[in-house]
Amino acid sequence: MSTATSDNRPARLLARYMVLGLIAVIFLFPLVFMLISSLKPDRQLLSDSGSVRAFLPVGDISLNNYVAAFERAPVELFIFNSVLVTGITVLLTLVVCSLAGFAFTFLNWRGREVLLSLILATFILPFESIAIPLLMIATQLPWIGPDGISQGWLNSYRIQIAPFIADGLSIFLFVQYFKDLPKELIEAARAEGASWWQVYWRVVLPLSGPVLATAAILKFLLMYNQYLWPLMVAQEEGYRPVMVGLQYFFLRNPAWGEIMAYLSMITIPVLGFYLVLQKAFIASVASTGVKG
Amino acid sequence: MRARSRLTQSNLAGWSFALPGLALVAVFIILPFFVGIGLSLTNQRLISPNPAQFVGLENYRNLMGLSVLTIEPERDAAGAIVRDDAGAIEYPRVRTFTRNNPDYPHLQGMREWISWQSRENRVVLLASDVVFMKALVNTIIFVAVIVPVQGGLALVLALLINQRLPAITLFRAIYFMPVVISVVVVSILWRLIYDGDNGLLNNLLGLISFGLIPPIDWLGNPDTALGAIIGVSVWHSVGFHMVIWLAGLQTIPPSLYEAAAIEGASKWQTFRYVTWPGLRNTAVLVLIVITMQAFELFAKVDLMTKGGPLDSTQTIVFQAVERGFRTQDIATGSAISVIGFVLVLSISLTQRYLTRSRHE
Repeated sequence: MSTATSDNRPARLLARYMVLGLIAVIFLFPLVFMLISSLKPDRQLLSDSGSVRAFLPVGDISLNNYVAAFERAPVELFIFNSVLVTGITVLLTLVVCSLAGFAFTFLNWRGREVLLSLILATFILPFESIAIPLLMIATQLPWIGPDGISQGWLNSYRIQIAPFIADGLSIFLFVQYFKDLPKELIEAARAEGASWWQVYWRVVLPLSGPVLATAAILKFLLMYNQYLWPLMVAQEEGYRPVMVGLQYFFLRNPAWGEIMAYLSMITIPVLGFYLVLQKAFIASVASTGVKG
Repeated sequence: MRARSRLTQSNLAGWSFALPGLALVAVFIILPFFVGIGLSLTNQRLISPNPAQFVGLENYRNLMGLSVLTIEPERDAAGAIVRDDAGAIEYPRVRTFTRNNPDYPHLQGMREWISWQSRENRVVLLASDVVFMKALVNTIIFVAVIVPVQGGLALVLALLINQRLPAITLFRAIYFMPVVISVVVVSILWRLIYDGDNGLLNNLLGLISFGLIPPIDWLGNPDTALGAIIGVSVWHSVGFHMVIWLAGLQTIPPSLYEAAAIEGASKWQTFRYVTWPGLRNTAVLVLIVITMQAFELFAKVDLMTKGGPLDSTQTIVFQAVERGFRTQDIATGSAISVIGFVLVLSISLTQRYLTRSRHE
């Protein structure tokens, strides 16, 4: 902000906006191309992609691709699966990680320091480097269902949810935020005889809006957009999320119009969400930068 | 931390609040890490009726085995070097050394990776697993290119966005937008943009060069495929690092800029002596985060090139998934994951060490 100059003569101002606008075009054109193409029949889509027409809703415009996409694949099932898995994971992350963050910040218990450093150490473990052994573990985990004890978690919702509930970054975000809350509030509540659970639920959580939003947004983006893990563990159609469901459209000759319609359908909700909560999204990413 | 010890000891509450998180991290993050190391020392398959056996470091040898072979030219009865019709020296084929040759048991099963001429001899670098070696090299190239390119462009964008202009937040929102979009969507869109016949990119290049640049099959050509993937990756996540740089820029006290202005510093001097020193910690963070993200390259490769053409876009994680999941060779997949992890860790630690010693 401080680099702003007072030199805002019209010509210079125009030049600045031209540069900013040109860069904006680079980031926007693939999305405009996607939305416009989703409205065109295949043959026109491919012939238009050679010119400016690729970005204009001209020619044979209809929603046919959207209808055809629903006929080709159980799109509504994939969307349901994604929303379910993402929603439950985000919710459980907020509960589990805020509880852990609370314990690490406000409570004094044996093993706290060691375990906190262990959690922080998991930062250096990218998910990709544990995905393959985790796949092996997933085939071995036991589960108690209505038909007794079974083995193996593949092709289920739980295998898409459980590994992503608790993670070092989310716990750390809560610890960072809780550290800055006024200690007196907690001490006062304790002096009045509140249990730790009441302190957590009645005093700390109501003050934690910003960190809850940050953790929720980061987990939402990770879960809704992820590809590698569901690709391996959700082979059965009934459990596939949207990103893996895309495979349906490449089984035979790719029908590009339908693909564009499908991509638009799974992207528009996220973009809408982002445009409404833009400041919160950017703040979430910025806060991951404070970790170091 | 120390002040908190005045709070009463509350072991029961502490453990019960932290337990769900700790248990999940233990089972789904820490356990797989150690299980991965364990599996990499066995011949475990994903689904197999036979119990796995301990094989020691064999998987690592099969992946990392390298050997240099110097091949002397073929000579005729008189000891003169045999040349073909074009005058090129003729050599015995590599496979005469690597297939059942009792004199070269250590080369058994290896394949040619790279070869070059050294005087009249031909020197061949043999690898036990040429595809994995290519994956390793591609990943390192990818990291080496994307760290400065993406980090630098992100800084340029952050400086542009850090101006005080009306509607600047609109541009910030647009530059950041690709970050929220799934890698799946991004990859498929760019596959069409990069298309060799009628893709948008070729048409644009043809237009601005008045047809001088011929259409290029960006993803189908071994010389351009990795570069094309680097391009998409920058497009996809440069906004993420722009935001981190912006957060860093906003920690620089305005008084420093005022002082620089009073001193009559030029724009470049202000950047060089005020902005850049103030960004040192951010720079270290951006460097490490981009490096770690770059090592994870998988989905774009899987969705755009499947590692091809001619293995020019193979990466470590792509190979781990190919072996561990698609061919169900969990043991080799785990060994690849361990190698990848050791590589990321050593590069991050080196970066941290280098950037630290410079500042003290």
